[in-house]
Amino acid sequence: MDNIQVSVENLVVEYKTEHGNVQAVNGVNIQVKKGKTLGIVGETGAGKTTTALAVLRLIPNPPGIVKSGKIIVDGEDISGKSEFEMNKIRGGIVSMIFQDPMTSLNPVLTVGDQIAESIGIHQGLSRKEAMKKAEEMLEMVGIPGYRSGEYPHQFSGGMKQRVGIAIALSCNPQLLIADEPTTALDVTIQAQVLQLMKSLRDQYGTSMIMITHDLGIVAEVCDDVAIMYGGRIIEQGTLEDIFKKTKHPYTEGLFNSLPNLANRTEKLKPIRGLMPDPARLPSGCVFHPRCLYAQEICQSRVPQRTDFSDTHMVCCLAYEEGTNIEVKGGGRIV
Amino acid sequence: MESTYKKKSQIADVWSRFKRNKMALAGLIVLVVMIILAIFADVIADFETEVIRQNIPNRLQTPCAQHWFGTDEFGRDIFARIVHGTRISLQVGVISVGIALIVGGFLGAIAGFYGGAIDNVIMRIMDVFLAVPGMLLAIAIVAALGSSMTNLMVAVGISSMPSYARILRASVLSVKDMEFVEASRAIGAKNMTIIMSHIIPNSLAPVIVQSTLGVAGAILATAALSFIGLGIQPPNPEWGAMLSSGRAFMRDHPHVVLFPGLSIMLTILVLNMIGDGLRDALDPRLK
Amino acid sequence: MSDALLKVTNLKKYYKTKKGVLHAVDGVDFTIEKGKTLGVVGESGCGKSTTGRAILRLVEPTSGTIDFDGVNVMSLNAEAMRKMRTQMQIIFQDPFSSLNPRKTVSEIIAEPLKLNRIITNRKEREAKIHELMSTVGLADRLFNTYPHELDGGRRQRIGIARALALDPKFIVCDEPVSALDVSIQAQILNLLQELQETRGFTFMFITHDLAVVNYFSDEIMVMYLGKVIEKATSDELFNNPLHPYTKALLSASPVPDIDHKPDRITLRGEISSPIEPKPVCRFAPRCNLCMDICNQEMPELKDVGDGHIVACHLVE
Repeated sequence: MDNIQVSVENLVVEYKTEHGNVQAVNGVNIQVKKGKTLGIVGETGAGKTTTALAVLRLIPNPPGIVKSGKIIVDGEDISGKSEFEMNKIRGGIVSMIFQDPMTSLNPVLTVGDQIAESIGIHQGLSRKEAMKKAEEMLEMVGIPGYRSGEYPHQFSGGMKQRVGIAIALSCNPQLLIADEPTTALDVTIQAQVLQLMKSLRDQYGTSMIMITHDLGIVAEVCDDVAIMYGGRIIEQGTLEDIFKKTKHPYTEGLFNSLPNLANRTEKLKPIRGLMPDPARLPSGCVFHPRCLYAQEICQSRVPQRTDFSDTHMVCCLAYEEGTNIEVKGGGRIV
Repeated sequence: MESTYKKKSQIADVWSRFKRNKMALAGLIVLVVMIILAIFADVIADFETEVIRQNIPNRLQTPCAQHWFGTDEFGRDIFARIVHGTRISLQVGVISVGIALIVGGFLGAIAGFYGGAIDNVIMRIMDVFLAVPGMLLAIAIVAALGSSMTNLMVAVGISSMPSYARILRASVLSVKDMEFVEASRAIGAKNMTIIMSHIIPNSLAPVIVQSTLGVAGAILATAALSFIGLGIQPPNPEWGAMLSSGRAFMRDHPHVVLFPGLSIMLTILVLNMIGDGLRDALDPRLK
Repeated sequence: MSDALLKVTNLKKYYKTKKGVLHAVDGVDFTIEKGKTLGVVGESGCGKSTTGRAILRLVEPTSGTIDFDGVNVMSLNAEAMRKMRTQMQIIFQDPFSSLNPRKTVSEIIAEPLKLNRIITNRKEREAKIHELMSTVGLADRLFNTYPHELDGGRRQRIGIARALALDPKFIVCDEPVSALDVSIQAQILNLLQELQETRGFTFMFITHDLAVVNYFSDEIMVMYLGKVIEKATSDELFNNPLHPYTKALLSASPVPDIDHKPDRITLRGEISSPIEPKPVCRFAPRCNLCMDICNQEMPELKDVGDGHIVACHLVE
């Protein structure tokens, strides 16, 4: 198992709210292979950002509590580390790119200072050396080095996200977590940023977790995919497994919800109903109230993982013994 | 998502949220008691004989069964005077803040909503008011109009008007660019409808807190004006006036200032607690 | 073109800023026929939202004419414009900020009915609200809930019900699904489409998402920095894009298909400043095919046949 960069085992995260405890993440297992990119796909409230924050041990407490779960980075369990040791890991070994480039940069510091700050903390360089490195990092993400003395408001959204990438990559992390890094950007700028991330990843062999709701981005950037729904991973596999051998009705529904560029007369087939309230998750299979194929048993029995191959697993009762549910597996309409 | 199909009036809704804040509820209960005391002040103590008439042999008695809060330097029962003082203080506090809130708030809302020249004219006038210390302004107004309770309320109200105008203008500015304002214009709302039914309800939270504090400030301002002889005229019982006239005896007879002081403090505290609760209760997002 | 519902000519919206005059919308012409949908695509800052709002005069156009159902909209006074808006409605992008947080669902939907005195009887009005709610797929029990208690999809349904209350002929949809989750997005798109089929609405559909606009529109107009750079029927635009920006935009959108290997055109740089732009091709600084003439002359819109128009010096 030494080609595993990061693995998360049985992660359970709860948030305390007025209405009782909310299980945001419920028994998530993920593995990111060295130099590969795992895409975590899900809609609002699926628990994808919580999972990512848990890897960095950044769940705000209160109200969040990590109930259980091991996080193993490069063979070492970091779940018991002190805050001091964690600070070395954050930004150094594991770093993060945030969704909103407008708010993730400090408006009163120059971008050079913000990159140098991270370098200074982790590499113990002098200020001058750190600033020099910062300029190199800017060049690397396609911003002229002389702009390091400018402030975030002098940059456009796409440029700010490039700065965010420069900060995240400044200490050659082993794992990069990107939380919807292009959602706030325009399509043509998104293409530039994704291109940049891919080439940097390949150049440095960084592993990556890409959190997104956009299956198009997944198809383009990721090697493996985990589909999350209601705090659980309901299907996981390689790109090929998920896109070509779709098993879970939710994954199928996601594909059918997308307008197809190639066939515009096709009527959309949305998933019925709404995302479940995390405070009141349905019993049994969390997806059953919205599932096209749901039977009575889905209301009471929690689906366990069914493995189709070394890479492809799904949590759906239709594939378990002793149930009689008919699913048009891979019933994707192309 | 727990609402059922059941019609609930706006007031009932606000009340059900207000109830949940125990501090605010406690504050409200105390305030209601004070209001009842103020209404039935004449039943509790006769104005002529107990509140105003001097009784020198009885002066400066410490609290006892007959005089719960003791007596003052003229032998008058302090409890009776405080109960009657509640009337004056609450009236002055509420009405002067009401004046400030309605006039200042309206001007601020107009300034924020229309912007441009209207905004400039209104806010520069407010700045002129602000440039003069509030107390001085109040003194000048009372001095010009003559000292009566009405003039006192007008004076205190006008001197605190600019702060309401500023606060409401700021929050109107932040609300008026929200899409629901544009949406309302798109479905045919006129400017006044937009201001009254969309902008003001969404801008009120900071003003409500300010006005509960303002009532407290108005009570203090009244006290200060009374002290320099421009406010409530003796022998009328007013908390501030009692405080200042009792201050000469404070060292040997602390009860003379203690009870009026406590009354002012309690009123301010209670109003602040209610203000906090009300601000939260008026916002349906905080369920 | 006798059945054109909306005809916009040379629409301009300039803003005065400290740095100079900002050309948000700079001479836009288009017509929309009854019952059809015009998709407007472009990236942030291209003027697509401003165009939509200018038609309803929610932002006052600097110049231009807007002809709606035979009425010159620009000549109307404030009161007549208010009445006019009962026929032209808008659905907003952000289902969070477009609903007053202090009003319940029923109050929000009732507002247009009350304001325009369409139904003054309270009982009848409530019946109408229930009818509208069921049209857009909102459960009756949500009658007295507040928007913050609902998710984005249901809020957007409230916004749609509010727009439908006045029974308009024309609706501007300003990115109505871009704030929603994928599975909810499809529900709302289907709802809008059903409404168009059953009630014959005319739509102007503003979005940055090409797949959505393609799904929804009869005709598509691509905007860049306040200008229309290309316009064609949906099929034509997707199969035969002519402007380099349209091509780049089409190639840049990620496709959820692992066999799709996009022939990606990556654009340099970012959108340039809309403040006092020079009278040259506005896309030239980012264009991979830029020629000398592009920095000297503004390309005119040329018709290349079948109503496909494009503004590029490359197109003869």
